[in-house]
Amino acid sequence: MNILVCISKSPDTTSKIAFSNDNTQFDDNGVQYIVNPYDEWYALVRALELKETVGGQVTIITVGTTTDEAIMRKALAIGADEAVRIDADPKDAYYTAMQIAHYAQSNGFDLVLTGKETINYNGSQVGGMIAEALDAPFVSLATKLEVNGTTIQLEREIVGGLELIEVALPVVVSCAKGMAEQRIPNMRGIMAARTKPLQIIAPQAIEELTNFIQFSAASSKASVKMIDADNMDELVALLHSEAKVI
Amino acid sequence: MILVYISSQNGISKSAFEAVTYARKLDSEVCVLTCGSASEAQLSAFGQYGAQKVLVDRKIDGSDAQQLTKLISQYAQELNASTLVFTHDFVGKAIAPRVSVKLKAGMVAGAIALPEANGSIKVNVFSGKASGFVKVNSSVRIISLLANSIPLEINETSCKVEEITANTGDSKIKVISVKKPDGAIPLPEAEIVVSAGRGLKGPENWGMVETLAQTLGAATACSRPVADIGWRPHHEHVGQTGVAIRPNLYIAIGISGAIQHLAGVNGSKVIVVVNTDKEAPFFKAADYGVIGDAFDVIPKLNAALVKFKAANN
Ligand SMILES: Cc1cc2nc3c(=O)[nH]c(=O)nc-3n(C[C@H](O)[C@H](O)[C@H](O)COP(=O)(O)OP(=O)(O)OC[C@H]3O[C@@H](n4cnc5c(N)ncnc54)[C@H](O)[C@@H]3O)c2cc1C
Repeated sequence: MNILVCISKSPDTTSKIAFSNDNTQFDDNGVQYIVNPYDEWYALVRALELKETVGGQVTIITVGTTTDEAIMRKALAIGADEAVRIDADPKDAYYTAMQIAHYAQSNGFDLVLTGKETINYNGSQVGGMIAEALDAPFVSLATKLEVNGTTIQLEREIVGGLELIEVALPVVVSCAKGMAEQRIPNMRGIMAARTKPLQIIAPQAIEELTNFIQFSAASSKASVKMIDADNMDELVALLHSEAKVI
Repeated sequence: MILVYISSQNGISKSAFEAVTYARKLDSEVCVLTCGSASEAQLSAFGQYGAQKVLVDRKIDGSDAQQLTKLISQYAQELNASTLVFTHDFVGKAIAPRVSVKLKAGMVAGAIALPEANGSIKVNVFSGKASGFVKVNSSVRIISLLANSIPLEINETSCKVEEITANTGDSKIKVISVKKPDGAIPLPEAEIVVSAGRGLKGPENWGMVETLAQTLGAATACSRPVADIGWRPHHEHVGQTGVAIRPNLYIAIGISGAIQHLAGVNGSKVIVVVNTDKEAPFFKAADYGVIGDAFDVIPKLNAALVKFKAANN
């Protein structure tokens, strides 16, 4: 089974978010980058588990610059076999997805996995876009994935519930919580990652369909009003007449 | 004209009406597109929010995003739609990105407001730690709207329901079974959310949280460790790596307020925090705070609410 896992970098979850150049750019001064948690914990680990049970090859791919090689080495240390970097700034979801789709098309994969969304732009778009470009089925927000010969069975979230479905390979899947458990790379994995192949590919010419023109940090709350634990009537009255939420 | 795709498979959700309200604010001409077996009476309810027309394809059930993409793209082109609106939930996330590629139309994922004067649209970024303004460069644009981002607005319009059939091919997805939690309010749509964390000590203590939620007509949520240890189901996990929500009222009980938790809930309009530790970081993000033991405070809060509801009904 030939599996492609799309990974992206995102700021460490404890990062404070700031912007530069008149609030038009994310200021990553002092920011530590990690593999986007959904990509690492669910998509990559499930791909490795499938390889362990049915055999095959796990390739990770990212659209990014040289600074992204640290997170690629991390993914290799966790167990991916090889890495591909499309040498470009991931301008928007469409641009990123079309680069990956082009690579996937020319290399033939049974399964393309993405995380549910990135924790920086939270679009949840790349997987569906790749699927459309490949004319393949797309299963979004899957929480379970089992291979059964040339078909896979998946559990996916639907509004207010879960659905168990079956679909023939090749397919694109976005992975959510439940799919797998986080793996911590061991020393052997880290050593092996140093010599695993990391291929760098020039990007295709693709236009950007969208761009961010401005950012703003979340507005902070005015000060908190403290209420005595023995006076819940006061809290209820405030929620009703001051906050107007009940 | 604006085309709104809505799922009517499992009844029509509040966020579907929000999407139509949003579309009606963009343009006076609004058409809703859906599939499945919802009744004509159910579907004509979109007229209340400003839709003139509802197109329904009865042949497909909505489980295969590839079929829906064909259906939606065909009608977007036939009707010459300038904007397509989706709900930014399981439905929109499965379909809208595909349609974006098919029509080469830029997509604003998770819009939380109407377009600004310069045409850009506000979305949450960094899981709610900040917001950004997205500009679409293509002539047709796609907007998926996050639940609870715009208040419903009645705009009584005479609305025709029309059955259509599009050339969508066969479904490549076979649905084997469907599990639905009964009657629960979907978390992202809930206007009030009662959430609890590790401070509750064990799953056996969630009774008071559920009682409080029931009194308020609220959905329940939890912090990540609580879902990880299995005290509560995964779909209740809110935060940077869980569900992001923006209810009118978020009540956080025994949750410390770690940065990853706050990221997913700080879009809430009003936050109430109950914690024994007066130094808990959550108080800095709260509107109202109660320093106290949840086991004492929550039953008291519930009693006060029951009294209030009785007096105000
Ligand atoms: C990569 C990454 C991603 C993460 N993503 C998320 C996420 O999406 N969502 C999330 O929630 N967390 C997330 N976390 C975890 C986060 O950092 C915190 O560890 C977590 O939110 C803490 O959960 P908690 O507040 O329930 O527990 P604790 O931190 O243990 O806090 C319990 C609180 O309860 C209070 N308390 C104790 N007893 C009582 C009582 N009787 N009455 C009232 N209060 C009481 C305590 O004072 C304390 O403040 C993430 C962490 C990492 C590293």
